[in-house]
Order: sequence, then C-alpha cells, then structure tokens
Amino acid sequence: MTEAIIDVKGLRTQFGDHVVHDNLDMTVYRGETIGVIGPSGCGKSVLLSEIVGLLEPAAGEIRVFGQDLDALSAGDRRQIEQRWAVMFQDGALFSNLTVRENVMAPMREHTDFSEQLMSELADLKIRMAGLTVASAPKHPSDLSGGMRKRAALARALALDPELLFLDEPTAGLDPITAGKFDDLLKELSRLLGLTVFLVTHDLDTLKATCDRIAVLGDKRVKFIGPLAEVAQVDDPWIQEYFGGPRGRAVV
Amino acid sequence: MGQGWKVWSCPNVCLKFFKGLTGGTFELSAFQLVDAGDHAILKVVGDWTVSTVGEIDSEIRKLKLPDKPVVLNVTELGRMDTAGAWIIERTLSFPSEQSADGFRIEGRHDEAEALLNLVYERREDGPPHEPHRFTLIDFLARIGRVFVNFLEESADTLSFIGRVVASTLKLLTQPHKIRWTSVVSVMEEAGLDALPIVCFLSFFVGVVIAFIGATMLQQTLGSTVFTVELVGWAMMREFGVVLTGILLAGRTNSSFTAQIGSMKMRQEVDAMRTLGLDPIETLVTPRVLAMLIMTPFLTFGATLSGLLGGLIISWLALDISPILYVARLQDLVTVQNFWVGMSKSPFIALIVAIVACRQGLLVEGNVQSLGRATTASVVHAIFLIIVVDAVFAMIYMELGI
Repeated sequence: MTEAIIDVKGLRTQFGDHVVHDNLDMTVYRGETIGVIGPSGCGKSVLLSEIVGLLEPAAGEIRVFGQDLDALSAGDRRQIEQRWAVMFQDGALFSNLTVRENVMAPMREHTDFSEQLMSELADLKIRMAGLTVASAPKHPSDLSGGMRKRAALARALALDPELLFLDEPTAGLDPITAGKFDDLLKELSRLLGLTVFLVTHDLDTLKATCDRIAVLGDKRVKFIGPLAEVAQVDDPWIQEYFGGPRGRAVV
Repeated sequence: MGQGWKVWSCPNVCLKFFKGLTGGTFELSAFQLVDAGDHAILKVVGDWTVSTVGEIDSEIRKLKLPDKPVVLNVTELGRMDTAGAWIIERTLSFPSEQSADGFRIEGRHDEAEALLNLVYERREDGPPHEPHRFTLIDFLARIGRVFVNFLEESADTLSFIGRVVASTLKLLTQPHKIRWTSVVSVMEEAGLDALPIVCFLSFFVGVVIAFIGATMLQQTLGSTVFTVELVGWAMMREFGVVLTGILLAGRTNSSFTAQIGSMKMRQEVDAMRTLGLDPIETLVTPRVLAMLIMTPFLTFGATLSGLLGGLIISWLALDISPILYVARLQDLVTVQNFWVGMSKSPFIALIVAIVACRQGLLVEGNVQSLGRATTASVVHAIFLIIVVDAVFAMIYMELGI
C-alpha cells in the first residue's frame, strides 16, 4: 500500500449541541484524487477546514504527510503548509491585490525568487489555470465569477504543491471551462504526482478526475471506493444521487 | 571533456549551488553550457524545483546562448516542477523565433519532458507585460480627476441628502410604512448602548473644566465660585452636544458604514433593488429616525453628567456645597443655555446618520473601499459636527441668545 498523505482517525466535530462528524475515519494516499460528496450540510467543507488546520476538531487525530499538525512547532508547521494549497469555494482572492499579485503572494512569502521570476511564474500559472495574461493586472472585483475561480486555482498552484485541496472548484463554471479544468487537474496530478482532495457536486468532475469517492453521511464516511463501486452501493441517498438523470449519464 | 568543448559558464557556477546536506548526500542544482561543435549542450543537474531555482534563475539570466542549436541534457536531472521547467523553457525556447519550435532533449526524463511540454503549450499569449511609467500627463490627469470627482461628489451628496429628506418626510406622513423594528433596534444599538460611554466621557470633561476653571479663576479673580457658571455654560451650550456628536461619529458612523458597506459588497443592496425595496427607505430612513430620536436623550445625559462632574469637584476640592452649586446654576445659568445646546442635537443626528449611510452606499466590491469609506465616514462626520457647531455659535451670538 502506498504512503498515506492524509490520515484522519476518530474525528469528532461539534458546534454547540450540533454534532457534524462523529468517529470519522478517512485515509488519502499519495498521488490519488479523492472526491468527497455528501448531502448539503454534512460537513464536507468543515472536514476540509479541519484537515488544513483552520478549525479545531472536538476530538480525534489528523495527520498530514505523516505529521500530527497540533504537535508541530510553528516553524515546522509552516514547512508543511508550503506543501499544500487550498482553493476556497468562492476563491478567497485578496481583493486589494491584482490577480498577478495574488499568485505572487505565496511565492513572496516562501521563496527567494526575484521580482521578475515571480511575475513570470505568476503569468505562467495564470495561463495554466486557463486565463489570459490580460487579466493579470486586474483586481478580483473586476473579474467574472468563473474567472475568479481560475485565478484562485492559479494562486493555489503558485508553489507547485504536493497536496491540493479544492472546495467546489467547478461550481459556477460553464461546461467548457469546467471540462478544461478537469483536464488540467488530471494532467497536473499525473505530471506532478499531485494528491487532490476534492469537495464537489459536479458529477462530470467526479467521473473525469477522481480515483476514489468518499461519501459523507450519518456523521461519518459512509462509503469509500472507486466511482463504479460507490454507484452500486444500496443506500437511498447514493441511489438518488447517481440514479437521477444527471447521475445516470455519468455512471 | 573532449576536444573542442568549451565551457561558457564559469565552472565555479556549479559550486555555488551546493544546497547543503540532505539525507547524507549533497544535492546539487546547477547548469552548465558546453560547446559541442555544431551545437551546444545545456546540462542541468540536481533538483529544479520551487525551493532551488531561486538562485539558479539569477545566474541563468546572465547566460549568453550561442548562435546554434542548443540541446538539453537531462541525464543528471533530479526532480522538476513547473518553476524549473519554466526557467529552462524561457532560456531555450522563447528568446528567438527560430528556436520557438523546441529543442532536442538528451537523456530520458519523462517527468521533465511532460512538464516542459506543459509549460511550452502555455507560453506567452500576448505582448509582454510593460510596467507603466508615471509621466507629467498622468500627474495633470490625476489633478483633473480629483477636481472633477470633488464636484461630482458634492452634487451626489446634495442629491443624496435630498433623497433622504424626501423619503423620510414621505414616510412620516405614512407612519405604518416605517420599519419600526429596525428603528427600535438601531435606537438600542446606537443610542441606548452609547449612553454609558457618553455620560462617562462627559463626566470627566466636566471634572476637567471645573479644575481648570477653578485654578484660573482663583488666579485672576481670586474667587472660585464662578466655576459653577463656567461648568454650566460650557456643558449646556457646547460640550454636552459636541461630545455626544464626536462619540457618535466614532461609534455609530463606523458601524453604520461597515454594515451598509458590507451589504453593498455582498450585493445585498442590489438584491433589495431587484425585490423592489428602496435602500434609502429600508436602510437609511430607519437609521436617520433612530438617531433623531436618540441624540437629544444622549445630549441630555451628557449635559447632566458633565454638570455632575463639576458638582463633585466643586464640593470636594473647592468647598462649594451641592446646594449652593445647584442654586447658583438655577439662578445664574438660565435655561436658555440648555435649549441652545439641545437645539443642535437634531443636526448632529442628521450629520451622523446621513454621512454614515452615504459612505456605506459608496462602497464597491473590494475590501479597500470598505476601509476607505469607514475612515471617510468618521472623519467627515467629526469635521461637519465641529463646523456646524461653530456656525451655530456665531448665529446665537449675533442673535444675542
């Protein structure tokens, strides 16, 4: 079995009396693309926030790259954080910076690159994410929703991360762009050995990019496995999910 | 090295890139350009990733490529990512048209080949980015723009005030249409909750005036009893209302602007318009009404606590008993002074509410404009409060009140 990149054990998440996850276990292996699906409000984005350390779980252990993040010193934690990147649901671009400066921000923080190289690489990532360099000097508020998503992806790719967290990356994109995004994701994960943690509702993306699918429900991971297997599972929510007109086209 | 090979880049360039000991072996990230007769060879060694190419980049920029085909040798290349691939592609493919078709690769490195292709496919799609130079024309244009903005802004502010007044007056004739829930909630948040801090501040200002007044009066007139009149006049006519205004400007202006501004940023104001709700009626008028109702009470509270501060100092430090203090206040500081102060409070309320809402509605899509609007809101409000107070002082003086 290959190396576990993310290892979640006995996770419990609670907001007041409301329990979101209870005794949740999940493992993501190096090089795979895992798609996380589940009904609205089942805690997909919350799980992502907990893995990247934005939220403190009530109980349980989360290991990323084999390290328990809570036990690390601030310096070691920064080292680890350089190796992953997160693309948030609505982009979360810095609105006072231009797109190019947004992509340069992580480089400025973590590398010794010259201004010129940073700007060249930023333009490269912007083109890789499917934008033209014409949008590089613009501010995020001047971009359309889809372009903002692509700019956010460019920023996530800025430091060539090993592990990429994507929260609904293709939501709000037109089918052509979403398709290009899927291709890019596949190409990158193949070329760079990228491990991808993907929260999505886009069935086409699931089919095109994911090696395994994790279904969240009943406060835990209900099923985990390849798309074909998960689609066969006898569970009312899964059957409705894949059995609908959109799902049938994919499975 | 064989016959005819010439080393272009200085051999000690390689030595500069010893990246230190990792796992017991030296990791070398370097390049070397060698001449091989009809072609040249660029040999890349070690890891070419984000963490190593920073130093390589500045060296490879200095490299002069010979006027013949260059072959890339990857036999000793370690790991590579898009940053490394970009530097190689930029050096070998992009400088001239004839080399843009690509270059030969010596040695097998599937990852590098694929990455180089990926980067090559996404090469420049437009003219390179030229940083804009600031010229005299830009300078003049900027001055012109500021002036035009100022004129437009003045006209817009006047029209905004007009719209708010019209909408408020219209609503006052149809009281059932006023959003009383939000009026009451703003009254609590911006009025009642501000009462303790307004009174507290005013109390201490009363204390300070009594102290300074007593010292000064003792020195000039040899009598401290006039402190009562001094505190009475100052608190009732000016400080009660101005202190309330400045506190509201700091407290309420910033909160109103931030509330409306973030609603504007999140397109909630646009949503209201499409639902047929007038933002002036739903957001601005309740705030204006709530401030109009609450500011006189706050001014009243501030005046009373200021007088109380003066009373306590007079009693403790100047031996003026509270009874004497109140008696002198009643006899010598006429109630007219109190009404002079109170008459200004509705204007303070209007300044605070209208400036705050106006700035909130000016916010655009980015965070910076929210910060700018909040600052402007507080500064403009304090400025206007002081100016209006001065205008009132002159008017009342001319009227002899």
